[in-house]
Amino acid sequence: MIEFDNVHKQYSDGTQAVNGLSFEVEEGTTTVLVGPSGCGKTTTMQLVNRLEEPTEGTVYYDGTDIQELPATELRRQIGYVIQDIGLFDHMTIAENVATVPELKGWDDDRTDERVDELLDLMGLPPEEYRDSYPGELSGGQQQRVGVARALAAGPDVMLMDEPFGALDPITRENLQDEFLDIQEEIDTTIIFVTHDINEALKMGDKIAMMNDGELVQYDTPSAMLEAPATKFVEDFIGPDRTLKQLRVLQVSEIMRTDVPNEHRDVVEAFDPADTVMADGGELIPVTPSDSAQVALSRCIQAGVRALPVVEDATVIGVVTEEDIRSYHADEIEAASE
Amino acid sequence: MSGVVSFFASLVQFAAENSDRLLRLFGEHIVLAVETLVVALPIAIVLGIAISYNERAATVVLWIASILLTIPSIAFFGMLVPILGIGTPPVIVALVAYSQLPVIRNTYLGVTGVDPAAIEAGTGLGMNRFERLWRVRLPVALPVVMAGVRNAVVLLVGLAAIGAFIGGPGLGFFIFYGINQGNTAMIVVATVLVSVLALAFDYLFAVTERGLRLRNGEDLEPTYTTRLLDAIRTQLQ
Repeated sequence: MIEFDNVHKQYSDGTQAVNGLSFEVEEGTTTVLVGPSGCGKTTTMQLVNRLEEPTEGTVYYDGTDIQELPATELRRQIGYVIQDIGLFDHMTIAENVATVPELKGWDDDRTDERVDELLDLMGLPPEEYRDSYPGELSGGQQQRVGVARALAAGPDVMLMDEPFGALDPITRENLQDEFLDIQEEIDTTIIFVTHDINEALKMGDKIAMMNDGELVQYDTPSAMLEAPATKFVEDFIGPDRTLKQLRVLQVSEIMRTDVPNEHRDVVEAFDPADTVMADGGELIPVTPSDSAQVALSRCIQAGVRALPVVEDATVIGVVTEEDIRSYHADEIEAASE
Repeated sequence: MSGVVSFFASLVQFAAENSDRLLRLFGEHIVLAVETLVVALPIAIVLGIAISYNERAATVVLWIASILLTIPSIAFFGMLVPILGIGTPPVIVALVAYSQLPVIRNTYLGVTGVDPAAIEAGTGLGMNRFERLWRVRLPVALPVVMAGVRNAVVLLVGLAAIGAFIGGPGLGFFIFYGINQGNTAMIVVATVLVSVLALAFDYLFAVTERGLRLRNGEDLEPTYTTRLLDAIRTQLQ
């Protein structure tokens, strides 16, 4: 979808922001550009919508050299969300969201319908928020509008530059979760920039880790956690790499549907309607989409070695502490072979 | 005490006896102010926008506009007489020059004062330079421009009175004639009317400015006038 071919970017002051970048962003995936400040991740993203031009090399959009595409036309096909949000304070929420449809000359009915649809999608009831002004909204709500505005004309590609970076941790977490859901509905190719490795691991289908203008590793989150390509990647991920692996590992990947004998009591004694155990503690089950980290945490909390896996109020299997540990051991074995 | 009373009585008497001439001069004064604004505003706003794209040009233009304001008005009018003769044309030219600084400066500040994040977002979403100006910079700048227009209009209504020195229209005629004749009532009545007119223009543009700010979603304490405007708008809808 988007391909970088030996791209260099040197600023006029001599700073080499991007140095010989070659990789391809696959269609329909979320690719996270992650790295420390000044590693060239934002510049890389801005090379896609021509806010920056490469000094050498080529960026391809759907196989076409983007230098051959008119910049404003290109940008109207690419959603753009920035950390500072940048809503137009003098326009209502509806007018903000309608920005690109208006630039594209959609008729009013189509625009209005689309605006309402997007406000609904972002959890901002249109009847309440259409005619509000950005100044009346909280930071989290403003960035929802920012995302809605970027999605308005149904872009093929979304560029998101630390979109949740300026929000408080709880709002950020919520918006990340919501955006992951939205992402499944919209099926857009997303390039997401962050300096936060946890956000990268959470949001990305693929992670492109950058340092000093170069691509250090380009991999799926689990592959990167299993086998960091360099010392830099390992350090950037941090000392709790194994726990982070458990965070990207879903219960569905390690659960057993045929319950082993020694854990049968856990499952059979479990009643989804009454999670309080005999000793007064609470046994909170996991769902298949929970992470192994959550499962392990709840095992420790409840003092058990296995947890029921529940979907739609029915126990569908079991996840054991032993399996979580041995999954990791297997990975190490596989990696060393 | 009786002196003050008889002085006010003389003002009322003068105003009553000369009401038709006062009304005509008042009307001329309004027309002159409006004509000046019609010429001055497009020039100043275009200049203010143009210099927002070039910092060096901004410095030079604002500097020249400031210099213009320091020229004594009688001297300015006098210098224009050999070129444009006497009467309305030199007066309008001088008043246009005087009203440039506040409007250019406020236009410049308005269009450059837009949140850089909004400009970046606009560019990133595919607005070209003109669309950014038309959809983002200008609407945000308009209330600030209006504040400049208020400054300019108060200035030019006052200075317009001096224009009578070179045969310009308006209430200045009674001020100069009053000085010649030693007729204090004539001077005072004309001066009061000039002030009233300046305040009326100021109020008109203040209301416009508030309306623009409200349109931009700014949170203002509603005044009596804006409440009235709101009420009218609700009635119309």
